[in-house]
Amino acid sequence: EIHIREPTEKEVNPHLLPGELLLCEASTVYKYIQEDGSNRGTYGKLVCTNFKIAFLDDSASDDNEPQFKNKIVGENDITLQCVDQIYGVYDEKKKLLTGQLRKYPEKLIIYCKDLRVFQFCLRYTKEEEVKRIVSGIVHHSQTPKLLKRLFLFSYASAAPNNIDGRNQTVMFDTLEDWRDELERTKGTVKYKAVTTNEGYKVSEKLPLYFVVPICISEESILKYEGRGIPIWCWSCHNGAALLKMSAFPKEQDDSTSQMQKAFLDGIYKTISKPPYELLKMDDLSSSLPSLQDIQTAYTRFKQLFLIDNCTDFWATDVKWFSLLESTNWLEIIRRVLKKAIEVAECLERQHTNVLLIEESATDLCCVISSLVQVMMDSYSRTKSGFQSLIQKEWVIGGHGFLDRCNHLHKSEKEEAPVFLLLLNCVWQLVQQYPPAFEFTETYLTVLSDSLYVPIFSTFFFNSQHQKDTNTSGESLKTQSGPFRFLTVWDWSVQFDPKAQAFLNNPLYAEKPRPDKSQRKSTRFKHQRQLSLPLTQTKSSTKRGFFREETDHLIKNILGKRIGKLINSSDEPPNSFREFYDSWHSKPVDYHGLLLPRINGPDIKVWAQRYLRWIPEAQLHGGGTIATAAKILDLMEQVQSLQVKMDEEHSQAISGDVHSVPMLRKSPRLSSLFPFALLQRQSVKPALPTSTWKDLEDEDDLVKRDDEFVDLSGDMS
Amino acid sequence: TLKDGTNWEQNEEIPRLPGETRVTDKDVIYMCPFNGPVKGRVYITNYRLYLRSVENDPVVVLNVPLGVISRIEKMGGASSRGENSYGLDITCKDMRNLRFALKQEGHSRRDIFEVLTKYAFPQSHNSLFFAFLNEEKFSENGWMVYNPMSEYRRQGLPNERWRVTFINEHYGLCDTYPSLLVVPYNATDDDLKKVAAFRSRNRIPVLSWIHPETQAVIMRCSQPLVGMSGKRNKDDERYLDIIREANGQISKLTIYDARPNVNAVANKATGGGYEGEDAYPNAELFFLDIHNIHVMRESLKKLKDIVYPNVEESHWLSSLESTHWLEHIKLVLTGAIQVADKVSSGRSSVLVHCSDGWDRTAQLTSLAMLMLDSYYRTIEGFEVLVQKEWISFGHKFASRIGHGDKNHADADRSPIFLQFIDCVWQMSKQFPTAFEFNEQFLITILDHLYSCRFGTFLYNSESLREKEKVTEKTLSLWSLINSEKSKYTNPFYTKELNRALYPVASMRHLELWVNYYIRWNPRIRQQQPNPVEQRYMELLALRDDYMRRLEELQITNNSKISNSSASSASPSQMMSQVQTHF
Repeated sequence: EIHIREPTEKEVNPHLLPGELLLCEASTVYKYIQEDGSNRGTYGKLVCTNFKIAFLDDSASDDNEPQFKNKIVGENDITLQCVDQIYGVYDEKKKLLTGQLRKYPEKLIIYCKDLRVFQFCLRYTKEEEVKRIVSGIVHHSQTPKLLKRLFLFSYASAAPNNIDGRNQTVMFDTLEDWRDELERTKGTVKYKAVTTNEGYKVSEKLPLYFVVPICISEESILKYEGRGIPIWCWSCHNGAALLKMSAFPKEQDDSTSQMQKAFLDGIYKTISKPPYELLKMDDLSSSLPSLQDIQTAYTRFKQLFLIDNCTDFWATDVKWFSLLESTNWLEIIRRVLKKAIEVAECLERQHTNVLLIEESATDLCCVISSLVQVMMDSYSRTKSGFQSLIQKEWVIGGHGFLDRCNHLHKSEKEEAPVFLLLLNCVWQLVQQYPPAFEFTETYLTVLSDSLYVPIFSTFFFNSQHQKDTNTSGESLKTQSGPFRFLTVWDWSVQFDPKAQAFLNNPLYAEKPRPDKSQRKSTRFKHQRQLSLPLTQTKSSTKRGFFREETDHLIKNILGKRIGKLINSSDEPPNSFREFYDSWHSKPVDYHGLLLPRINGPDIKVWAQRYLRWIPEAQLHGGGTIATAAKILDLMEQVQSLQVKMDEEHSQAISGDVHSVPMLRKSPRLSSLFPFALLQRQSVKPALPTSTWKDLEDEDDLVKRDDEFVDLSGDMS
Repeated sequence: TLKDGTNWEQNEEIPRLPGETRVTDKDVIYMCPFNGPVKGRVYITNYRLYLRSVENDPVVVLNVPLGVISRIEKMGGASSRGENSYGLDITCKDMRNLRFALKQEGHSRRDIFEVLTKYAFPQSHNSLFFAFLNEEKFSENGWMVYNPMSEYRRQGLPNERWRVTFINEHYGLCDTYPSLLVVPYNATDDDLKKVAAFRSRNRIPVLSWIHPETQAVIMRCSQPLVGMSGKRNKDDERYLDIIREANGQISKLTIYDARPNVNAVANKATGGGYEGEDAYPNAELFFLDIHNIHVMRESLKKLKDIVYPNVEESHWLSSLESTHWLEHIKLVLTGAIQVADKVSSGRSSVLVHCSDGWDRTAQLTSLAMLMLDSYYRTIEGFEVLVQKEWISFGHKFASRIGHGDKNHADADRSPIFLQFIDCVWQMSKQFPTAFEFNEQFLITILDHLYSCRFGTFLYNSESLREKEKVTEKTLSLWSLINSEKSKYTNPFYTKELNRALYPVASMRHLELWVNYYIRWNPRIRQQQPNPVEQRYMELLALRDDYMRRLEELQITNNSKISNSSASSASPSQMMSQVQTHF
């Protein structure tokens, strides 16, 4: 029998957030260190609160603070929303734990949505405690929940009234935000922000304020609860706009569908007249994979990274590429990127408005419109610009985060990683064009992690309406003034300034700014047009309009202005290829249009997000972090030289040139940095344990010797 | 005497090396797989095939050393009707094919075919490689890079346990080994001769590398001649024991047989085999499962099929997997990691062999040395490593590459050295600050592996190279590289001494070397220069500029203090330019 160690004297208590309640706990839990399949680990206490599951290491010392630490979710914390699946191990057999349990397992494996895997041995824990903790964890993380029971609400009512610091993110919850965005993109001539939905009298799915073509009447918006109405997303520098529309559901009744058709024809006619550009429609539900396909693909894909031990790692390594391909996830990313390029081509080269159509216009519409803006509008590649984009298209735009992430465990049918799909696509761009983005891949990774941290309202509502109604409800009274949720964009909640530095890209080639003194700090967020690609100047507007008009006339005469649904396939197929090839044959302007490369070898696995917890995949002193660290070191040197020069200028006191700080001896970083919590301490190389599979088809070659020479002299 | 009335003088912008002479030129249509047919003129010299398009927008240029040509085929016949269906199809060793359409009239195709065949395959025509005609001058002499004696001295050899022997000075012991060998101090030259009789092609176990701390060594050799009857050789057994004892620390000598177990067994039928447990009780034998040269050749052929001319679109990953190319890379790296780890943390001497000890063995010893000895990660060190483990120890470059040989289907050809360079690239990709050289360095080595412009990779062994007087009559590739080192230097290189560098031989990290294998495809080409590298260079320049200015400033300030007169230089101007983003 293994000696059971008593819990240590010192009582370890969980760190609780305001509003967080300890629900159950178990001591003498043994947590395996996921390293080499050996049963090494540490004893500690496993607790479950209304916010998280946490393992409190008995022997933990505080002196080893990691450089990059999340203040809300610790190394051994799993928020209830972050739990993906829980398995119990009974006599070496894994069984999925979902609801009521009859028998309690000797080992608990928790797979997390951020790809961590925790293994807890309960053999040394008192039976009563095992029962309580296992059923507690399963109940609180795996069973349906009421919205109001989300930790978000307990936290918001208990936490001191946080007024997020000066945040440059545009929230798009006011009319002014929309007007500013219109102005920034020079869309004001043809589009207007409307207040029709105040009081949600049009639809609970639509935001309070949104933008439509000027010619659209309030009546038409109200007629079908906003369906069939082109809603503006963004205007390109040449005036062409990206629009989205919520489609009519398939109607059985003939007269209804006739009426809807007439209504749509009216709308199309209206927005096809000058000054509007030609219109091209794209029904995303038919041109992109379905949400079900996306969910299936991601479920398979993530499974490849939820690895129990190193045997698993090497066993899957042999067939890695075909396993990856069979998930279809990378192919979906490729198709989405391709679609975004097609849309960009219409806007940029054909000066055509593009109308994205989807049943609710809140899923794939969000992905495509966001991607197009990231590719075409360099403002969306800054941190605040990207955050504003997520607010505009997703949070206010009405993406159903609550349902798509299945935060309440209500229905698995609704679950689909649509937002993760966007982040995965943006990551492809980030790794293909590092200098074009103000943020790093680490930023995208922690953003994806934040999907499961229920202290921010950002990703925990289906719509602005849902958030509003749940904020003003009577049951929500706080001790200290008005009720307020945190936004994820206030990164200081999760990270201290030192850790936040990892979110900023040192390679970002900032656009040269005009003289700072001309900017008024109060108007800061309205100055964003400065980062837009250079537009044709206003002086030529008139001629431009005239030209556009004749253009329209000619195309009108030619007919087929808007047929039925014109898919991009109507376009000569070369048009896309030509656009793509000609762009790629030129040098990249990091502040201009950015097209992702989408050939097979170009689409990669987001290694940081998916491999970060796997010790076998770690490179000591290697990976991209090795060069990034060198750049940071050099920047520090340049910075201190700047300081030194300042001093020289102001004081005219001679210093010693040779005291300039030389390359600080930075410790060898792991490629898993900054997520290197599970760092392998040993310097032993990782050796594949899997066996070589047969080369069936080349059997005759395999058996041959390099060069046939009979060496057995005595046989000749 | 100019053929076809060509006026070469008017085309002086066509690059020519000293010693390169023009042969012919022709109007052709280059069937570019990416841009469609391109009208152009092709110029052939005794070194290269050069094509320039007639149209200038875009200007299409081909610059192909004739050495890369593997095969020239005629396509279409006199009766060919289709447009551009009559001409030549040239298969290259560097992952591309070139197609030229020619006019059916006259003898233009016959002429060009004959000229190309003659100059691309000099070995088959009893003529000289271009390397022997090359009259280039370089500021560095690459033949001086490798001196075996100084390399062994660098390793601390000879010492009281290891000695240098000249027994092979005239290649009498082994004609595929170098003349200078390092062997155990306690083995006499007579012992060596006896051991040679029991090793395939007399390639006896000799020292490649010694660990500076553990004194464990990496030895290389060929398979023992065990045969079906399971022959034993007391001298060989004793010799291996002497090697084991030389480091004096561990009970067993580790033998890595690079082959799959079954192949090693099968080799007994032809007289070869492996060290059996009975005969070598003090040795531990492991098979590393690396396949033979034929498997590797087929694998590369499959790889070419999926990347040239078009890259497989929708099923890229499974197509890549079906070539097995990266799996082979994984196995070679895995083997090398095992060798290195055994010597380093296992503190045990190892013996590496395959069948003959010039293909897989060279891959394993050189990669293990690269992992263990940071000197080999410098430009010069890597040149020494290639010169030592590959060139001097008789990797059969002539046979594996088929230099100047028209027999394109020769079963001796195999991309073993390419595979090694690919492994090095994988390591440099995983550890971007650990190597002094950059990707361009590796690509340049591969380009001249085929070009025949330098003598470096010509012939199969040191003895043959000596006979052909290669070092006297040709130039070394290292002359070219060392004369413009900055072009091949990795700006991120951070010198680290005595650090073992173990790559992760997992498919999760191994990548296809797109910049080499798919470099001809304009749609795949990566951004050049690499933006991260560019940014770093900018910062370096900025830092140096600051240091210079600061120094100037301090001098001015010093004089200012003495003069106490303020000058209004432009510090603010200067500062406004340096608003770098942090």
